[in-house]
Amino acid sequence: MEILILLIPLSVLLVLGIGVLFWWSVDSGQFDDLEGPGQRVLADDDTPPPLSKPEAVTGLTHVKLQQHRPS
Amino acid sequence: MGNPIASSAGANPAAMTGALRGGSAGARTDGVAETFNYGVVRGFAIMTVVWGIVGMLVGVIIAAQLLWPALNFDIPWLSYGRLRPLHTNAVIFAFGGSALFASSYYCVQRTCQARLFSNALASFTFWGWNLVIVLAAITLPLGITTSKEYAELEWPIDILITLVWVAYAVVFFGTIAQRRTPHIYVANWFFGAFIITIALLHVVNSAALPIGLTSWKSYSAYPGVQDAMIQWWYGHNAVGFFLTAGFLGMMYYFVPKQADRPIYSYRLSVVHFWSLIFLYMWAGPHHLHYTALPDWTQSIGMVFSLILLAPSWGGMINGMMTLSGAWHKLREDPILKFLIVSLSFYGMSTFEGPMMSIKTVNALSHYTDWTVGHVHSGALGWVAFISIGSMYYLLPRMFGKTQMWSVRLITTHFWIATSGVVLYIAAMWIAGVMQGLMWRATNADGTLTYAFVESVKATYPFYAIRLVGGLLFFSGMLLMAYNTIRTMAGAKPYDAPIPPASSAPAHA
Repeated sequence: MEILILLIPLSVLLVLGIGVLFWWSVDSGQFDDLEGPGQRVLADDDTPPPLSKPEAVTGLTHVKLQQHRPS
Repeated sequence: MGNPIASSAGANPAAMTGALRGGSAGARTDGVAETFNYGVVRGFAIMTVVWGIVGMLVGVIIAAQLLWPALNFDIPWLSYGRLRPLHTNAVIFAFGGSALFASSYYCVQRTCQARLFSNALASFTFWGWNLVIVLAAITLPLGITTSKEYAELEWPIDILITLVWVAYAVVFFGTIAQRRTPHIYVANWFFGAFIITIALLHVVNSAALPIGLTSWKSYSAYPGVQDAMIQWWYGHNAVGFFLTAGFLGMMYYFVPKQADRPIYSYRLSVVHFWSLIFLYMWAGPHHLHYTALPDWTQSIGMVFSLILLAPSWGGMINGMMTLSGAWHKLREDPILKFLIVSLSFYGMSTFEGPMMSIKTVNALSHYTDWTVGHVHSGALGWVAFISIGSMYYLLPRMFGKTQMWSVRLITTHFWIATSGVVLYIAAMWIAGVMQGLMWRATNADGTLTYAFVESVKATYPFYAIRLVGGLLFFSGMLLMAYNTIRTMAGAKPYDAPIPPASSAPAHA
């Protein structure tokens, strides 16, 4: 199983790398707050505003839209 | 909608939105709203549906060939041995890969509140990855293959994959480096681990010597059983990082978003991530039980596979329990149905996998259709379901809409696909256990009770049930494509403005 001469050092290197990354992330405060990050994902509103159809735009807003539209 | 990846210049809905919000949202100093790069997400989301249909159609064809071998029409390009790697490459790397690109690019932008690092490199990953897939679709039927499972593509394509992957890593980690939020959301950790590990696995496993610069043919850098060990070190870690870590990233973003509830335990998600990546690397040898691989190496593979049950189930419970207290949402929302059922299949196949890695169980299951059933409970039930659910979330948002053209059609898709998976895996379980028992049955005098061909004959009814299951799953994808086309019809590509820093939630 000479291939382990490649695979084992590769794994050790990888685990060391992961360890360093873990150390950095703990040290830099990534995990100081383990409640807020879960909530903040929901605070980011990624639902498009209901304006994509021109007919949905009414009255004055529609006029404004026409003015702002680049020619 | 000629070019889906093109950003919406001209009547820019994002600019209109900015204007209607009083011009403040995401406005730069020059007055033009800065937007997220939705173009590349849009392209990959659409290609997820397209490649899903192509890959699953090839799957249905080869399932039919097992039932009616004449369906290869004596044409070498259509023979099972050449179409099967085309199927696996198309569903894993084209369908699953596109879903991963789309969702990771979306998640990293939204959670970092920053546009993708480089427009040009992001576009390069889109065109490069699709070129890889087209080249696979040409070379594999022609019989150009390394014959290494899930790594069949020959060396020139491998080099292209490497280039695309490096660009992907630069775009992804570049975006994280430019983030406007101090915290890196857990989904991005999963996506990041997936990108780095796949790079390493691909480079090591694909190391080969071409017989000449003008030839497709190459020979692996590793001989015999060494090559087998490298191959399954790659093969199982590809399952672990391509088909698990990447899709877990998807889960940690889209399940909370669609349920509108925070992940059940953010603490558990962090533990889940670190335990999974620290433990994963050595499960591969369980693919080589009872082969020329040394016994102790096989045992290591088995032990590591068994340990993996813990982090896998931690993640599964974390995703499922996100709905705790809001289970009623599952009744009306077909996207949540897709996402939550995907987690139950994840739980099921991550229990089944470690069990099958136990040598005594493997003695029965190895080389039978049980393995095929296990793979598809993971691939259809987990990977495809979580991708389909996430794409149903993404696609309308890419066209400025709040939901797909028809939500009822998503419900129909869900039930058709679920019936398909259940038929498929139940048929393969029964077929597999039956084959295993028939192969090992001996008479009192020590001779084999059954000839191999008798087990093939006994499997026919189950091949038929499997084909029906596959057809159902495939027709669900056609519904998805129709729903997508109707959602896109008349809609302009939409690029959301990046919310101004002041409105970005502050770090606690």
